[in-house]
Amino acid sequence: MTTAHTRAPQGDPAALAAAATAAVLADLGSGAHRGVVVDSPPGAGKSTLVVRAAGELAASGERLMIVAQTNNQVDDLLVRLAEEHPHLPVGRLSATGYRLPPALVGTSVSNAEKAEALDACAVVVATAAKWALVQDRRWPWAIVDEAYQMRSDALLLVARLFDRALFVGDPGQLDPFATVDTSRWHSLSYDPSQSAVVVLRRHNPDLPVHRLPVSWRLPASAAPLVSDAFYPFTPFRSGTGPGERSLRFEAAREHDAYDTVVDVAAGSGWGLLELPARFTGAADEEAVRAVATLAARLLARGGTAVGERTPAGVPLDASRIAIGVSHREQRARVESALRDLGATEIVVDTANRLQGREFDVTVVLHPLSGRRDATEFHLETGRLCVLASRHRHACLVVARAGIPELLDAHPTANPVHLGVPVSFPDGWEANQAVLAELGRHRVSLTP
Amino acid sequence: MSTIAALGRLRAAATGYAQPAATVRHRHLSARPMVLVPYVLAGEAFAPLAVLVGTDRDRPHLLAVPQPRDRDRRFAHAAELAGRLLPHLGAFAAETETIERRGDDPYERSLDAPQVLVPTAGGIEYLRLLGRSTRFRRTDGEFAVPAGVPLLGRWSTWLADRAGVPGSSVLLAMTDLLTQAWATGQSAMEDGDLASLLAWIDPPAGRRGDEAAREAEGGPTAGPATDPAFDERLVPLITAFDEAVAAERESDEDAARGERERRAEQAIRDALAAELMPTWDRMWRGVDLLSALPAGASVAGRWEADRASYSFFAADLADPESRPQPRVPGAISAAAQLAGRERAQARLDAEQVRDDPLLMAAVRLAGEAFRGELIAVDAERMVTEPGKKTARPRPLLVFRTEDEPLFGPGTELACVERPDAKARVLVNEPGRMELELFGGMGGGKAPKPGSVPERGEVLCWTSLIAEFRRSPDWPAVEDTPWTHGGPPPEPGSEPDSATATGPEPDDDALEEWS
Repeated sequence: MTTAHTRAPQGDPAALAAAATAAVLADLGSGAHRGVVVDSPPGAGKSTLVVRAAGELAASGERLMIVAQTNNQVDDLLVRLAEEHPHLPVGRLSATGYRLPPALVGTSVSNAEKAEALDACAVVVATAAKWALVQDRRWPWAIVDEAYQMRSDALLLVARLFDRALFVGDPGQLDPFATVDTSRWHSLSYDPSQSAVVVLRRHNPDLPVHRLPVSWRLPASAAPLVSDAFYPFTPFRSGTGPGERSLRFEAAREHDAYDTVVDVAAGSGWGLLELPARFTGAADEEAVRAVATLAARLLARGGTAVGERTPAGVPLDASRIAIGVSHREQRARVESALRDLGATEIVVDTANRLQGREFDVTVVLHPLSGRRDATEFHLETGRLCVLASRHRHACLVVARAGIPELLDAHPTANPVHLGVPVSFPDGWEANQAVLAELGRHRVSLTP
Repeated sequence: MSTIAALGRLRAAATGYAQPAATVRHRHLSARPMVLVPYVLAGEAFAPLAVLVGTDRDRPHLLAVPQPRDRDRRFAHAAELAGRLLPHLGAFAAETETIERRGDDPYERSLDAPQVLVPTAGGIEYLRLLGRSTRFRRTDGEFAVPAGVPLLGRWSTWLADRAGVPGSSVLLAMTDLLTQAWATGQSAMEDGDLASLLAWIDPPAGRRGDEAAREAEGGPTAGPATDPAFDERLVPLITAFDEAVAAERESDEDAARGERERRAEQAIRDALAAELMPTWDRMWRGVDLLSALPAGASVAGRWEADRASYSFFAADLADPESRPQPRVPGAISAAAQLAGRERAQARLDAEQVRDDPLLMAAVRLAGEAFRGELIAVDAERMVTEPGKKTARPRPLLVFRTEDEPLFGPGTELACVERPDAKARVLVNEPGRMELELFGGMGGGKAPKPGSVPERGEVLCWTSLIAEFRRSPDWPAVEDTPWTHGGPPPEPGSEPDSATATGPEPDDDALEEWS
């Protein structure tokens, strides 16, 4: 299942990445295009690119607005901007009641509720929702971050504010969603439920599209699988080679399935903790307990992560571990189970909200675990892609047995709409590819 | 499906009787609904065959097309249907009330609005297609149609559009209304058949629902798609009609002229009436069953939105400048439609569970709500929040509950019994919940009298909160940005095929029938 569709780029990763960034900046500087699109696989230095592009545009004297999708993303960007460009006057446009996080207090970042108050700033950053309220201002340049997560109707509200824009995002992540049936708009080129980039490119097919070729986050054990399964036509490679990162744990004490799967993942970068096949609801108590116990065990085993950034090794504490689930109810139940185990600092979140985040080790509850059917929601490629690409060292998946059989019983049956570009890759095939790899790192758990 | 909904279905399957899926009716039910049972010809994209229509259960009007492939007859049928529907649809526009709006001009809202009931979701699609095929027709020139036809098209389009807005009640399918209120022991697909659904809910005396449903299977369908067995009976009747028309065209005898054609048409009408009448009766039986349910507390509020939409649409129709709804929405109106429907969905989700303890039970089981007795209150508690200079009243409420809500600290909650109250979770322990009241107490230094719940009250709190969000300021159509294809071409201007990336200009007028 892991035959490469297209070969991953070869050569020195740092040189590859630098060449890609230089090409993006050259296209921006040429002024020949109204927009430039940059597709970035997980952890390929998207934020670094945004910060660099912001610096270059500001240096050439152009005022710049940056559109992010969530307040967390805005704050993360501001921290990076303040670090890289400490003298650049940067503004943050925010809602009433917002206060700058501690990391930004005392930097060149100023906060205001009205755009007028930030006219002196070279760069102004805000969420798309906040930008939608701005009147009577126009910027020569905009950077739209996480543009594949942005719905095109949100872009419609902010596009009047800029002349030209750089759109940056990860096409493999979760598509934006709507809470109502959207079929009536499906064949429209400006379908408001589609992502901003899809609509932008359908109306502006000539815009240059760049791709970042190196994932600095994913380890050598994960990049080929994630690239093949989720980015079959736009492959990328890992920034580190095999053996450049390692995960060490203290000796096992319990010698149970949890210890075994932790050791398997430490050696291979992947682990599958498999519960007996059973049909369950979203709130599968056994699976929830297994997820929480496994995360707590990772902590208890006193791990050390060694990598190119931390050659001396760094303790695997709770801030370096995350748990990914599919439903809000699962998140609440895992959090509750973690409270019982005294491991409350571990981040638990749904795939939607883990987008853009990075951890050393992740524990994932498989979206299809215990299900009787494979719906569009659970098969969505982006969901699995997000969950399988948040880690720098290892990803441990908890699932009930029988998912390959479930997939075989539910081949993709999504309607094909006329005039709608086919989205890649097929969620069914991506799921099979990931499962095939996980199957090599399987540990059975009998509760 | 929620746990409660699954339980209802299991119980129905186990007992043979439909179970309540709701304790109240979540849609408005008009005192005088217009019932419409449409049939279309099998094998055609949209060839209306017959309609049974009326507001009086004892006086259904059968409108039939003896040769549905004859386009002149189709429009004659549409004109006849317009004659039945338009007086009713327009009847509510005159009586209005003036509604004041904050930051906007007041507007006139009708006191009531029309309601159309169709048997199934197919009936809603029928009205959409009817609107699509008639609203662009011209009433002059080569292919002129009667004046009521394009007007009917605009009304049908409004009804079908509005039916897509969550919580709207101007156009409803009986199967949707019934499945909202009752759970049966058959599959969701089988529930789409009005006959077997109603048999489950309302079996004849002495019969179980599952038995009655099996007996109802195979009878006349609720349409708009016909039963193939009926098609086979219909084909020779239509052929006989065609032959009668052809024979009379050649005949010279004035006396016999029309008689054979009239008889052939009557045979078709009789067959259609026999096929449609069982559904007509079921529609009214469904209306009776639904009227017996009390309406949810927020149904009237959502009906106000329907009345407002009705008034705006009626006012637009009266404007001589107004044009039929476009074939496809532009970029701006598509985005505004989606955002409007999402707001309506959020409102509906939050209101329905507040109105209905059975729906709320599903939310409580999912850990998104709890119901408990207030066992301790600290009404005097004051807190100075970070970034604030003065302390504000933040009464402490301690509840005892057997529910197992999955709230983390800081989760904001709304109260079913006290709609103004807003609280935040402080401590969530098994059996015990500590909340901090932070809203609904007025702006004073002390909570407004009566705004703090008292010991002994049993209250239900949920994290499903309907936030009022204002509609965003969408750009004007002529300001459509370059990212979305730029402004659409002016109507009537030359289409430029090199740059036109939006939908191609409307060439409907060139089509004989679309």
